[in-house]
Amino acid sequence: MKRSQKEAEDSARKITRRSMIMGGFMLLTGGILAARMRYLQVERADDFRLLAEENRIRIDLLPPARGLIYDRYGQLLADNEQNYTVVMVRENVEDVDAVLDRLSHIINIDMASLNRAREDMMARAPHVRVTLADRLSWDEFASVAVNAPALPGITPEVGLSRIYPFGADFAHVVGYVGPVSDYYLESTGDTDPILQTPDFQVGRYAVEARMEQDLRGEAGNLWVEVNSAGRVMRELDREAPVPGGDLQLTIDTGLQNYAQARLGNESASAVVMEVETGEVLALASSPSYDPNLFVRGISVAEYSSLTENPYRPLASKTVQGLYPPGSTFKMVTALAGLEAGVIEPEETITCNGFVELGTRRFHCWRRGGHGRMNMVDGLSQSCDVYYYDLAQRVGIEAIAAMARRLGLGMRHDLPLSGVASGLIPSREWKLANRGSEWVVGDTLNASIGQGLVLSSPLELAVMTSRLATGRQILPQLVRTLNGVNRRMDSFAELDIPAAHLDVIRQGMWSVTNFRRGTAFGARVTEEGYEIAGKTGTSQVRNITAAEREAGVTANEDLPWERRDHALFVGYAPVENPRYAVSVVVEHGGGGSAVAAPIARDLLLRAMYGELPPLSAYPVGLRREIEEMHDNMDLLPLEVLRSTGQVRA
Amino acid sequence: MSYLEYTQKATPTGLRKVLYLNWALILLLTAVACVGFLMLYSVAGGSMRPWAGPQMQRFTLGLTAMMIVAFTPIWFWRNVSALAYGLSLILLLLVEFFGTVGMGAQRWIDLGFMRLQPSELTKITVVMLLAAYYDWLDIRKVSRPLYVLIPVAIILLPTFLTFIQPDLGTALLILVGGAAVMFCAGVHWAYFAAVIASAGGIVTAVFASRGTAWQLLQDYQYRRIDTFLDPSSDPLGAGYHITQSQIALGSGGWTGRGFMQGTQIRGDFLPEAQTDFIFPTLAEEFGFVGAASLLGLYLLILLFCIVTAIQTKDRFSSLVTLGVTATFFLYFAINMSMVMGLVPVVGVPLPLVSYGGSAMLVLMAAFGLVQSAHVHRPR
Repeated sequence: MKRSQKEAEDSARKITRRSMIMGGFMLLTGGILAARMRYLQVERADDFRLLAEENRIRIDLLPPARGLIYDRYGQLLADNEQNYTVVMVRENVEDVDAVLDRLSHIINIDMASLNRAREDMMARAPHVRVTLADRLSWDEFASVAVNAPALPGITPEVGLSRIYPFGADFAHVVGYVGPVSDYYLESTGDTDPILQTPDFQVGRYAVEARMEQDLRGEAGNLWVEVNSAGRVMRELDREAPVPGGDLQLTIDTGLQNYAQARLGNESASAVVMEVETGEVLALASSPSYDPNLFVRGISVAEYSSLTENPYRPLASKTVQGLYPPGSTFKMVTALAGLEAGVIEPEETITCNGFVELGTRRFHCWRRGGHGRMNMVDGLSQSCDVYYYDLAQRVGIEAIAAMARRLGLGMRHDLPLSGVASGLIPSREWKLANRGSEWVVGDTLNASIGQGLVLSSPLELAVMTSRLATGRQILPQLVRTLNGVNRRMDSFAELDIPAAHLDVIRQGMWSVTNFRRGTAFGARVTEEGYEIAGKTGTSQVRNITAAEREAGVTANEDLPWERRDHALFVGYAPVENPRYAVSVVVEHGGGGSAVAAPIARDLLLRAMYGELPPLSAYPVGLRREIEEMHDNMDLLPLEVLRSTGQVRA
Repeated sequence: MSYLEYTQKATPTGLRKVLYLNWALILLLTAVACVGFLMLYSVAGGSMRPWAGPQMQRFTLGLTAMMIVAFTPIWFWRNVSALAYGLSLILLLLVEFFGTVGMGAQRWIDLGFMRLQPSELTKITVVMLLAAYYDWLDIRKVSRPLYVLIPVAIILLPTFLTFIQPDLGTALLILVGGAAVMFCAGVHWAYFAAVIASAGGIVTAVFASRGTAWQLLQDYQYRRIDTFLDPSSDPLGAGYHITQSQIALGSGGWTGRGFMQGTQIRGDFLPEAQTDFIFPTLAEEFGFVGAASLLGLYLLILLFCIVTAIQTKDRFSSLVTLGVTATFFLYFAINMSMVMGLVPVVGVPLPLVSYGGSAMLVLMAAFGLVQSAHVHRPR
């Protein structure tokens, strides 16, 4: 198109002017952009630098290794073993089900537990790590690692898991660990962040539970650089976890193992203590169970078979079980009488088989009566009438006071679960709890450890230690924590005249060494190893007058749960006591026939430090004992020798 | 003075044209492209693959295309501008019906050896046709309503087609790029004022009516607009990009964390770091100094282009150059504003730096037009 010169110049001028305006606008915009850059990059640089660090740095908790638990000789009772697990975070996984399906083809995992893990994962926040499977074999673990690209969100990890090498032998002492439940967090108020990590396990029973704070240790921190998917790019810094404290118990593994085996399948318990130090060498409760089941996660069937067993394997009967102490209580009544000065040791009381109190008759266990009894006879033959008479002179207050001095009716707080306090009744207690006045009959029943009196096997062992030493022995279960002594090393005197204790000890000696003693059958014939003790047979039922007329049903003919408890307390060696024992066989029958032999065997095992020689037993028993030894399923000697527990 | 009046003696011919190229502009473009190579290398974690290598090849291809366009007389381009515009419209329609869906939008046609993105091409053809139109139009008629409606239609047709792909960013570039040509051609400023005022009025009305009985949009549409305008209201969705982008920018500080040391990019926190969000990476690794330098390079390119536009007395040459300049400016201004949180996120790449084939080629060809105008200017 033809344009005039003027037009062309006008056009050019206009374009120049407009392009200048546009250029100016562009420059202005450039200025704004530069100002914004300056604001972000210079003025707010520190803020954004911080945000960038938060973006890329994640702090992971490093779980501490749980403290180990040893016996008194250094035998490992609770160990940590490597546990191969598979952990999943669903945050960045598009198709969780497809991934889980692939995983189930790679490792051997049952669908029920996988579904449980899936539900757990879906219920929690997307970034929470959830364990899909644990205790994998090395091969499974390796194949998960190899297939990692096909398994987004899944990481194979190595953790530590608790293992109890002696299984059922220590279930009632060492206890077990288990997962952190919501109930645990609520009931303990424990806010340690390490509890939130998946698979972290805390002590749930016995020493593991009670010493939790000492055993747990402190979590470490791991600072890692992560990308937006949370994948770790590199480790920046590491603060190592502080492992938990190692615990040394007073328990003697060999003795504990022997005690569990000796109790066998009875519903029974036994405590062995060192009389001078109060150190508990064995706390056996039978039947027992494998604590490793609880670590792995016990199945419903396994758990209900434990809870439905009438012998109550889950109960630690040594500290939780409360029984009428029966005749094992008679030392208390006798000492109370001596202290009150209402009886002399040589003074005799005549037993005709019963005492009449108002319209009630209180029978001696021996229907025909014992005849004339002094204090030693009253103990060795366990004459009830002697104590009925004595009780009426002393009164319940003095008996109860003596019982408490000897360590009964008080909670000996060993670091175990459910430690119970026995009951030494008083007038006030009966009025408050039973709503009735104390009557003399109650005193008579209490004098022979029946009626309202209740004691745990641990209390009875403490009582025996106190009788043997004359000091206020308290039981000890923990020797050292991280090598630091945790025992009490001295005990005050009981302030019971030696003469009184000597009478009692003589009575206890004659129980097992005098021909007419109730436990003469359980005597030890090896010189220097003799034992002293006291039998007890405590009634679970009340025998009515009508029953007595008809003839008392023999114990063996009763249903199991109504039979008498068999008890025995004792110490040895007689001359220089070192060990005290208490044995309770629930509904076992007579203390002399059932409990005393067990107590004898435990004391011998403690004194010899290994299986006692047959020479320690009366000649007539040796064959039977030998057979019993052969049939006992004991720890191999190499295991015990490895820590010098048994002479090589 | 039209091209017909050029004295053929005054324009260089043959290989002599090489001497008359605007070499400073070529140098600046190459410098910006090199910044791109460097950043793509860094984003890939210190590797030529998958981005830096192909980007270099494309830049070489782009340089070649620029030379070819530059050596072709500018009046040829004026003559084919209507054809080019028509062709690009047809391609846009083809994309609408046969295009490949990528990233939720129909944007390209797969030609086998490359993916053609017609909307990129359209940015330039609109500018060309508008320049040719105003070259043809009597200067005195420029502001007459009828003659204003024609270029408006030229602009709105491809804008609409691009918008429904949907590609908001490119649609915006076509619209504002075309408007810039109209502005430079001398259309009365009152038109622009009216458009801006009425657009502002509509926006105000839409927002003012919210929550009243005569509300203009549905509630969900308002919520969408909210998210668009304020991404931080949706921190894990739309807001995530912009938050991470600002963190990257800000944590660069004065001098940056150093080449290949950006934690935002190393950790994949910054999405799309090779395309729309490449600027924060540069800012993180080279700091304010690096980011401002790139801005400086861009402004220098604008300066050289505007000077070219003023120097040439040919109306088509001037307007095409100014249109290309405006488009180029919009590219980097929108991209930088977007990553710095000044405007909502729309998909606009950083010119010559972001990874992308069509955009690079078309942009280099457009600079070829500027070069052609420079070489063939009347002397």
